[in-house]
Amino acid sequence: MSDSIKDRVIAILAEQAMLEPGDISLDQSLEDLGIDSLGLVESIFAIEEAFDVSVPFNANAPTENRDFDISSVDAIIRAVQGLVATQAA
Amino acid sequence: MTRHMRRVVITGQGTINALGRNVPETLRAMREGRCGIGDLEFQDVERLSIRIGAQIKGYEAEASFNRQQIALYDRFTQFTLLAAREAIGQSGLSFSGELATRSGVVLGTSGGGMNTLDENYRTVYEDGKNRVHPFVVPKLMNNAAASHVSMEWNLKGPSFTVATACASSNHAMGQAMQMIRGGMADVMITGGSEAMLCFGGIKAWEGLRVMSRDGCRPFSANRNGMVQGEGAAVFVFEEYEHARARGAEILAEVVGFSMTSDAADIVMPSKQGASRAIVGAMRDAALNPEDVAYVNAHGTGTTANDKTECAAVADAFGHHADDLMISSTKSMHGHLIGGTGAVELLACIMALREGVIAPTIGYEEPDPECALDVVPNVARDVRVDAVLSNAFAFGGLNAVLALRAA
Repeated sequence: MSDSIKDRVIAILAEQAMLEPGDISLDQSLEDLGIDSLGLVESIFAIEEAFDVSVPFNANAPTENRDFDISSVDAIIRAVQGLVATQAA
Repeated sequence: MTRHMRRVVITGQGTINALGRNVPETLRAMREGRCGIGDLEFQDVERLSIRIGAQIKGYEAEASFNRQQIALYDRFTQFTLLAAREAIGQSGLSFSGELATRSGVVLGTSGGGMNTLDENYRTVYEDGKNRVHPFVVPKLMNNAAASHVSMEWNLKGPSFTVATACASSNHAMGQAMQMIRGGMADVMITGGSEAMLCFGGIKAWEGLRVMSRDGCRPFSANRNGMVQGEGAAVFVFEEYEHARARGAEILAEVVGFSMTSDAADIVMPSKQGASRAIVGAMRDAALNPEDVAYVNAHGTGTTANDKTECAAVADAFGHHADDLMISSTKSMHGHLIGGTGAVELLACIMALREGVIAPTIGYEEPDPECALDVVPNVARDVRVDAVLSNAFAFGGLNAVLALRAA
């Protein structure tokens, strides 16, 4: 289950970055991937649609987004795993 | 300046917005630093994650318009007509003969008849009906407000609508000013209107993740986004000699205007584009930076706008930026998108006529990236002679107006 979340998040980010999933590593940041602010909100939308969750993210208040860490690919995967676990419960 | 240029003055102003049903009520609220933002009330609001806005509460179309008019006038048109009645009434003008052909209307709006679209999409998609009201198209079109103003007041000169998102009104008023300057018209009814507070309007904005769930706090370190408002403001722009000849009361003079494009990003603002527009407006007005005492900011309350705007102001004004007052009245009336520059011009005229600088309310924590005098929370009594009004739109389209005291 966790692996599939990981793969699906990577697939979403890869599509946004126009890269192959295999070219994305866990320690990369969105900036490394060339994903800008519009790409980020589009990725969040794709994540919400894919996992049927609501992502608490406000582009104006990074400090309010402690429940959804976007600092790296790995952080995003863990945040989505957390959301799926709590919001599916 | 050696060439003779026709001068443009303002001889009437009108409005309806969350702060008031007319200009005196609105200016009183601005002086008191009152907030017009509250819980949104409309169908399906419970399906939104953003549920606050500066809505005109208790508004009843039936109080001002008859059944046939309501069938044709979207909410944004109604707001425009109400504001135009107040403005033209104050100017004392009536339009017939040659003056009618020398007078026009140029208004800004971004969403136009958004409520009409939303209601009729609901009818066909959600309710599954196969028939809509026959006037949907003339009701929702962006130029409906300008056209109805022209019809109500017999304005037969150049009329059109400008849609440049959050800069629509400033672009419209700049066009009005230039048309009078250039001799195309003697009187222009101008300003803008927006009525986007409906389910579809807010739902679309939610997606961008730039809206606040709890309030509009421009320039404050703890700001977390913009809050939408609705309403209209309309002005009578008149050629100076024409106004003087008939003994009209002159509220202010429109002395400069500048437009620039960032040519960079569809949503992120640019310091250079904004700064060039500010400098351009001062140059067009033959004002030096030291002459300008107050800037009505675009000040949306987003992280990106406020820090970029402050950097642009610092860039354009140099050392004078430290002596300048700059406030965002969106903290009170919300962001009226295509109508916002028009409502904000009311604060500029108040500064020039009454020597009252409208505050930036909701200001709680200084932000080192917005280290200007933002007139926090409380209005200030200062005599000023020249002011600017900034508007910077999505799409990188910037429009800045310069006004002088009459």
